[in-house]
This record gives sequence, C-alpha cells and structure tokens, in this order.
Amino acid sequence: MNEARFKPGERVRVLKAYPPGHIRTPHYIRGCVGEVERICGAFPNPEELAQMRSGLPAQPLYRVRFLQKNVWPDYAGAPSDVLEIEIYQHWLEPA
Amino acid sequence: MSDEQGKYRPLSYFQLMEISLRELLVEKGILTNEQVDAEVENMRSRTPERGAKVVARAWVDDNYKKRLLENGTKACEELGLDVPALKLVAVENTPQTHNAIVCTLCSCYPRMLLGIPPDWYKSRNYRSRMVREPREVLAEFGLAIPENTQIRVHDSTADMRYIVLPMRPAGTEGWDEERLAGLVNRDCMIGVAVPKGPRD
Repeated sequence: MNEARFKPGERVRVLKAYPPGHIRTPHYIRGCVGEVERICGAFPNPEELAQMRSGLPAQPLYRVRFLQKNVWPDYAGAPSDVLEIEIYQHWLEPA
Repeated sequence: MSDEQGKYRPLSYFQLMEISLRELLVEKGILTNEQVDAEVENMRSRTPERGAKVVARAWVDDNYKKRLLENGTKACEELGLDVPALKLVAVENTPQTHNAIVCTLCSCYPRMLLGIPPDWYKSRNYRSRMVREPREVLAEFGLAIPENTQIRVHDSTADMRYIVLPMRPAGTEGWDEERLAGLVNRDCMIGVAVPKGPRD
C-alpha cells in the first residue's frame, strides 16, 4: 500500500491528464482545486484492475470537496454549494 | 420477446449481449443457471426498507447516528445488514446542508441498502446535470432548497457508496422505529426528496 501523501483539509489539484483506458476520474473535475475531506482507505488501482492486473500496491483514495463555482465558472446556484468526489492519490498534486 | 403489455419487440443490442454472455458462461461451466437465478433473486430481495431501517435507528439513537456517520459499513452490520465488499458513507442532512447522490461515470448505487436503482438514476440526464445544476434538478423532483442551504452533491465514482441521512420530520416525537421507517423512501436516501411528517 502506498502511503497517504495528503491530510484532511489540505488543498489539492486534480491532474489535468487524459490517459487512455479505464479511468475513474471524471473529465469535468480534472484540473480543479479542492480540499481533502477525508481519507477513505487504500484500494487497488482500478486502471490496473481493468487491465486484469493486481492493482497493487493499493492507492490511497480521498474524498475531495470542491466549491461548485471552482468547477463550473458559470455555476448558478448558491456560492457555498459544493461537490464531493472520490479521487485516487496518483491523480492529485499539492495546490 | 414481449414487453409488459404483451407486445412483441425485437431484442435490443444489450439484451442480446446479456443472453449470449450468460449462455456462454453456463455452457462453459463457469456459472450455472441456478447461480444466475439465485443472484437475481438476491438482488430483487433487497429493497429500500433496509436503508429506512438504518435511518430510523439513527433518528432514535444519537450514539448509533454517530457510529453511522463515522463508519457506515459497521453501523449497518450492527443491524444485521450485510454490506459486502465496499464502504458505506452516510451523509447527514441538516438545516444548513442538503446532500444528494449521483454517479456521473456509471450508476454506482448502494444496492445493498436501496435495492435496484431507478431508471432515472442511470439516465444521462440525471447523471450529467446533477453535478452541474443540482438546484434545477432537485426542483424538477419537486424539492426546492433554500438559497442559504448549502447543497452538497456526492459523485460516487470509486469504492465508496453513499446514503443520505435525512432530517427527522417535525411532529414525530415519540414514534417508534418502525413507524419512523415508514416515512423514509428511496428518494429521501438518494437526496432528491425529503421525508414528509404528519405536519407536512
């Protein structure tokens, strides 16, 4: 298992990358900056599992909270509205 | 193949693929028809009443609610509800925050607590718009969220599954768990509705 690099409350940026294959990081969130809400544990990397490999070492998985207005520049709801989404560690960098 | 009204319709691409794959798996001895039937039966036996039981317990027992919010999987196991192979996260509605669940990538859903997802949950319309304009989508469900209430949308994209713990309706003081559970439907636990009490 890879060690968790980020702590709850830390600001992180989702990588703006477009590799081929089975990716569980939705396009709309790539490049966005949010805050770690919690560490969910570590799970086999789904990108590897999809290729019939072990997915090990397990990747730390985070729930990351984003302000909606930082995800959608034209977001029309309340400024405090948020989106929370699970992101694997190898998709995150410090922000 | 006939639909529910008995009208003949040709098989869709995906129906044909499902039958072909299932027959191949059975033919090659990887699965038996009995195993497939048993799994289908198992899926059908899970209904939102399971989730409602969890919600009602959390409403009457503050310590249970605390444990549920800390570790959803363990709290379900306490009630004898098996939640295999994944982690359950319960998210609590409060006067300040309304939670709603979506899976934009596919249709991840807490089946062990809510059963088979409704078709709209899997629709492109819900999946793409719930993250983008949740207030409009909730309004279409008949749920108006005040501007000063934060909406927290949970995109269920990986190994967690989510259930919304709605607020207990006013006027239900002294109700027992079974009666309370009767107020909690599937949509309340996805976050596109809120439970209605005797005063609503």
